[in-house]
Amino acid sequence: MRELALHILDLVQNSLEAGANRVLLEIIEDSSADTLTIRVADNGRGMDAATRRSVIDPFVTTRTTRRVGLGLPLIDMSTKQCEGYLKIDSTVGQGTTVEAVYRHSHLDRPPLGNLAATVKTLVIANPEIDLTYRHMVDNAVFSLATRELTEILGDMPLTHPDVIVWLDEYIAANEANLYGGVQHENS
Amino acid sequence: MKTVEDLKRMREQFQSQTKLRHAGGIQIIVGMGTCGIAAGAREVMSAILDEIAKRKLQDVTVRQTGCIGMCEKEVLVDVVRPDEPRITYGKVTPAAVAKIIGEHVVNGRIVEELVVGKISQ
Repeated sequence: MRELALHILDLVQNSLEAGANRVLLEIIEDSSADTLTIRVADNGRGMDAATRRSVIDPFVTTRTTRRVGLGLPLIDMSTKQCEGYLKIDSTVGQGTTVEAVYRHSHLDRPPLGNLAATVKTLVIANPEIDLTYRHMVDNAVFSLATRELTEILGDMPLTHPDVIVWLDEYIAANEANLYGGVQHENS
Repeated sequence: MKTVEDLKRMREQFQSQTKLRHAGGIQIIVGMGTCGIAAGAREVMSAILDEIAKRKLQDVTVRQTGCIGMCEKEVLVDVVRPDEPRITYGKVTPAAVAKIIGEHVVNGRIVEELVVGKISQ
């Protein structure tokens, strides 16, 4: 996949298929450490140690473990091409945390891509999931939580046309602010 | 720039509007497994949301789902109108979204040339 934002969509879909109803999605760009970290932590059903070890091997995936498929192997490969790594922590019955780390300045690192479209999709299409999104660029932070929005909206649906337009502009403007409001690789 | 205050105001205006019919609304479901995403599901989803906003459709909900095993036909989009069979569209592109929404979601006319499955309720 050309964008990290698409891998992120894929990671959260894994969480949803693991039965999670709470997902924390963090993107941390640290210029002093020169790292870009993507972390997805969920409260899904989790995996035992053997399953956890096998999920980055595309060839052991069977229909019963289809929720993993090619997604994690592709992310594993892209991190390794950028002096990074993929780490998976999981406890059966408690949840899974997936962490993908890239060297931020690595020439082969895919761009973050259209994060706004990814976040908008995740929020609108999964109103019952307690999703918290947090994007940090050094000291700047933008965060958005589905529950904060639904608390304000009450019975007004996230798919209401006015809400879609608001989310679009709100996310895009706040993402741009993280980079000082200037044009950057994702815009 | 849009703020959370704008959202709160929107909410207040919503309350003052006439009651909308959300129950019994139309559902649109987009396949978002790895196969769907790689085939462009996010762009299709964005096109669907843009179309809903443009046409100001108020009784449509949008959901995402995982891989259902027809990976070669992704992007898969299901349209479920109340009391009608669930229609699955295959190889949907952002360009086809306006047609699916304009014909099927709004007017109830199935876009036959894109249909890959029909499930009666």
